[in-house]
Amino acid sequence: MAVTVDEPVSTRTIGGIKVEIATSGQGKPLLFLHPEIGFDFVGPALDALAKTRRVTLPSHPGFGRSDVPRWMTTVDDLAYFYLDFLDELDLRDIAMVGVSMGAWLAAAIAIKSTERLSHLVLAGAVGIKAGDRETREIPDIFAMTEADYLATMFADPNAGKRDYTKMDEADLKVIARNREATARYAWSPYMHDPKLKRRLHRIRVPTLVLWGDRDKITTPEYGRAFAAEIPGARFETIEGAGHFPHVEQPAAFARKVLGFIGA
Amino acid sequence: MKVFHFTEQPYFPTWNDHNGSLRVNLPNRKCDPKVAADNYHRWYDEWALADELGLDIMVNEHHATATCTSSACIVTLSILARETKRARLLVLGYPIGHRPDPLKAAEELSTIDVISRGRLEMGFVKGVPYEVAVANTNPVFLMDRFWEAHDFILKAMTSHDEPFNWEGEYFHYRHVNVWPRPYQEPHPPVWITTSSATQARNLGERGYVIATLGSGYGTKDLYDAYRQGYVAKRGKMPGADRLAYLGLVAVARDEAEARRRAELVAGYVRTSGIVHLPFRNPPGFLSADDNARLLKAGKPPARTFTKDGRAVDMRTGSVQDLIDAAIMFAGTPDQVYQQLVDFCDWVGGMGNLLMMAQAGFLTHADTVDSLNLFAKEVLPRLKEYKQPRGTAAAA
Repeated sequence: MAVTVDEPVSTRTIGGIKVEIATSGQGKPLLFLHPEIGFDFVGPALDALAKTRRVTLPSHPGFGRSDVPRWMTTVDDLAYFYLDFLDELDLRDIAMVGVSMGAWLAAAIAIKSTERLSHLVLAGAVGIKAGDRETREIPDIFAMTEADYLATMFADPNAGKRDYTKMDEADLKVIARNREATARYAWSPYMHDPKLKRRLHRIRVPTLVLWGDRDKITTPEYGRAFAAEIPGARFETIEGAGHFPHVEQPAAFARKVLGFIGA
Repeated sequence: MKVFHFTEQPYFPTWNDHNGSLRVNLPNRKCDPKVAADNYHRWYDEWALADELGLDIMVNEHHATATCTSSACIVTLSILARETKRARLLVLGYPIGHRPDPLKAAEELSTIDVISRGRLEMGFVKGVPYEVAVANTNPVFLMDRFWEAHDFILKAMTSHDEPFNWEGEYFHYRHVNVWPRPYQEPHPPVWITTSSATQARNLGERGYVIATLGSGYGTKDLYDAYRQGYVAKRGKMPGADRLAYLGLVAVARDEAEARRRAELVAGYVRTSGIVHLPFRNPPGFLSADDNARLLKAGKPPARTFTKDGRAVDMRTGSVQDLIDAAIMFAGTPDQVYQQLVDFCDWVGGMGNLLMMAQAGFLTHADTVDSLNLFAKEVLPRLKEYKQPRGTAAAA
């Protein structure tokens, strides 16, 4: 699903991988790392952020209309891709904002290098194992019916409801690619990297951990455990939001993000 | 024609007590091990009979399911390797893409081939979508993993002079040296299942046995693709022994009794798809294009067709529908023979009938009677039957 932005979605080849990039607004750079649903429902949050920032929104390799090479199989691979991406675009002083899998990815980038970053915002992050081996902290989205998925993912299930039979096949293919790419990177270990928790201490830029207060995929307790591993990280909740606060409360989401990173 | 007796070894006592899913999430509390033990011994009795009657034997493997209690096909093959005397032992199949350790698979299969004195037919399968949830194999890479496991197993079975090294995408070994090496040279025959024309052609190029199920009269298209691949590589048509088809079979002296048995055997196709919805289509199991079409249509495409192109839903079709679509062959020995020969003529030859002669609630007594009747009155005529020469479009 294409986003409505003030510039057309462009493509760029980085390290031999062609990715699509949406760009919007003017100001200091903000890199938005999308969640497992790609660009779906991102419009209102993007517009709000783009009022004072220049927002770069790429589709991760394998998602949306971005290519993916066979060897790219882990969030770690994606993180190294994005280090090249930031070098190539020569972005500096970036506020990096990720949601869910995008927040996992943002953390995986930041533990490797914060050289180009000013701030980090992690919203509804997955990516760490906080509890014991017999507790599945992150519900298995691949074992859910569509109705269960919507009820778990959103505070208001209608926020994610669509009639697929009335959509274009090209847009449906993006939905299918997003689902497949999510499995590609997060099938097993499911939605986390066992090593990430031990490496989060390396993040030395101001970090905001944002959580929907009605998040049933990763609970606010999981969010606090995530924040506790990052030196000085601030933890805040957004009222009336489930796992994708940028979708359900885009204004509050943008206000919190911009309030933290500064316009 | 070779005929393989096959049962999924169903745990049928739960078929009316499953809360919407017979696979993956049906708690094993519903499996009474004493009942299961009786069932297993019964299957072995029926396989022993098949061996005596001149039939061959097929076993398969599924996991966490009451539709099929063969969760360790190697165990079954191990017992059959020793207990049977002459039957070919077909595993169709061994889900090698889901196995963590293909070296173990090569060792197991070689050992079974040796104990059976070269009677193993080695079928490899991708596995149905529901297997992914249990094995936890990433469905996005399942076929890559399958082919690497395949390449490794064949190399392990055919390397005899020194241990070899393997550092692949999925599997790593330093000193591969399989003892015992297989009985058959260069290795047990390879069978692979598919429902895709692209894969069928690939199997033709490799010369493996292609097996399909549920494809009905649409099977001809798959066999044509196979024949094209075969001819392209070898410059001649494959024999019918390269082509296999799984059919449900119900036979009895009179038609009414055959139809009664057919209703029971049809229990397989009517229960096989009862699975919690999300497990039916894991991400990446189908291509993104196929998934986009699926979302658009809101339901899966038909894949089973009659001769005149009528789609038959295997789960809801009547026994007559199933016969019309060649999912089932049922009737008196004459009728079953005619239906089978008719199917072979239609698809351009088919030399291996994978005969599901037991399914669901069909009793031991009925199964024994069906097997005896089939072996005495259908099998000899099928052995005499002259297969048509299949047609292949120019490669």
